[in-house]
Amino acid sequence: MLQVALGLLALSLLAAVLALLLETADAYLMDYGECEIDINEGDKVLKVQGGGKLLSTLMDQGIFVPSACGGRGSCGLCKLRVLDGGGPVLPTETPYMEPEELEKGTRLSCQVKVRNDLALEIPPELFLIKEYRTRVMGLKDLTSTIKEVRLQMVEPAEIEFKPGQFIQFEVPEYEGCPEPVYRAYSIASSAETPGELKLCITKVEGGLATTYVHQYLKEGDEVTLNGPYGDFYLRDSDREMIMIATGSGLAPLMSILYQLAARGSERKVTLFFGTRAKADLFYVDEIEGLGEKLPNFRFVPVLSDSPEEEGWEGERGIVTHAVDRMYEDCSDKEGYLCGNPLMIDSAVELFKRKGLEEDRIYYDKFA
Amino acid sequence: METGLSASTILFAAIFTNNILLTNFLGMCSFLAISREVKSALGLGMAVTFVMTCTAGLNYLVYYKLLLPFDLAHFRFIIFIIVIAAFVQLVEMVVERYSPLLYVVLGVFLPLITVNCAILGVALFMIIRDYTFVQCVAYGFGGGLGWTLAIVALGGIREKIRKAPIPKGLEGPGITLIVTGLMALSFMGFSGMIQMQ
Repeated sequence: MLQVALGLLALSLLAAVLALLLETADAYLMDYGECEIDINEGDKVLKVQGGGKLLSTLMDQGIFVPSACGGRGSCGLCKLRVLDGGGPVLPTETPYMEPEELEKGTRLSCQVKVRNDLALEIPPELFLIKEYRTRVMGLKDLTSTIKEVRLQMVEPAEIEFKPGQFIQFEVPEYEGCPEPVYRAYSIASSAETPGELKLCITKVEGGLATTYVHQYLKEGDEVTLNGPYGDFYLRDSDREMIMIATGSGLAPLMSILYQLAARGSERKVTLFFGTRAKADLFYVDEIEGLGEKLPNFRFVPVLSDSPEEEGWEGERGIVTHAVDRMYEDCSDKEGYLCGNPLMIDSAVELFKRKGLEEDRIYYDKFA
Repeated sequence: METGLSASTILFAAIFTNNILLTNFLGMCSFLAISREVKSALGLGMAVTFVMTCTAGLNYLVYYKLLLPFDLAHFRFIIFIIVIAAFVQLVEMVVERYSPLLYVVLGVFLPLITVNCAILGVALFMIIRDYTFVQCVAYGFGGGLGWTLAIVALGGIREKIRKAPIPKGLEGPGITLIVTGLMALSFMGFSGMIQMQ
């Protein structure tokens, strides 16, 4: 009996001593103290607690750097020039960097850890990005996998954005999600109604944000967003616009169509919407309504797997093949693509083959 | 019963004639995984050497001052592992703080030093062979240096054969194990030179 007690005592004593040692080490080694972040050569100086990643540290200070992956290092959008104090470039960053960028000191802010004083260069447009408090006004199932979330802006009461841009949706802690994460969603509503926002969220198996929206989000819940972000928006010109969307990629294109209608634009616009079956189409009534306001608009839904019973009379197959069939030469057009990254890659190839320069092709890959 | 070998002989033997990896085949998993580049191999080798030396000394003290006096020798496996685990945790914190690049390059293999069988192997061998404290630390240090020698040598060889025309099926683990076997073969030439007991 004494042996057992002695053994347990020895084990516990040793474990306690080691635990104490590790606690002390952690408190001393992992404490980076207060760090100073100098932005744009003295323009703004932040005093922050070190130890966190630069992206989240800046976010806590109200500076929102674009990120579509929420800091996981898989989108490459959070680039910033770190002039001093960033440490060595990590192998997780190099796949996203061009040699010129590395020379200038560009880093992925989600991979840089704040360990000491830093000097950064932040483009002034980034300071326009704000955090918004909103409330869920309505949830609607557009298809079996896509849910429309209608949000009312609470504080600030209005959001200013360019149709085509996206916001970052904060997913709070919930069962299966131990800490808040951010995911990017394009704005589907019109910029003419800045007091509310519509988002189209596709259910992804195991997705932290999509599971939250499809299973936990209710009317009346508060949602925090930040934005707007993105280079995908309407370019002013007279060129004919060829829009191609798959699935929820229709969302930003809807916002752009509202913008064209509100302006009374006379531009020729053709919207190709690729889905599997008739049941996967959505916003058809809204699109037809917009079509009446736009003098030169054509809507071409393309179904890839429509069963006999649906009696589909329209275009069938892969959406990019339908575009191929309908256009010979594309050199005087503009391309607006949104949705499946594979569709976008093949559409860009298609347009290039038909004579359209790459800098007239605009896209937002939903990865 | 103390062995008649001097600490420096033990040190020499642990590095060359009784290399913990090439003679005893301990510590193979991170050896195979991190030997692709000499730089990272050296980094991991230094971490392993540090852990091996310190835990050899610590485990000696724990065994002879805590376990044996209270007749608790049967606890030695779990106690040794706890000491090694705590030490690796400490090393991970130090590496993360002072060399973030090495920390990211080593990835999961840094905490996996905990279960590197070479480290527990050293602790158990030194007990079996009845080494004194000085001999233990020398053995730990030598074991670590020997392990580092093996991984850096393999790293150098792998860097050199990167451009070599290796048959498709043998690329990667295949050729690595063959090279390791050849290295072990050459180290066999040292066998019998020194009796470690």
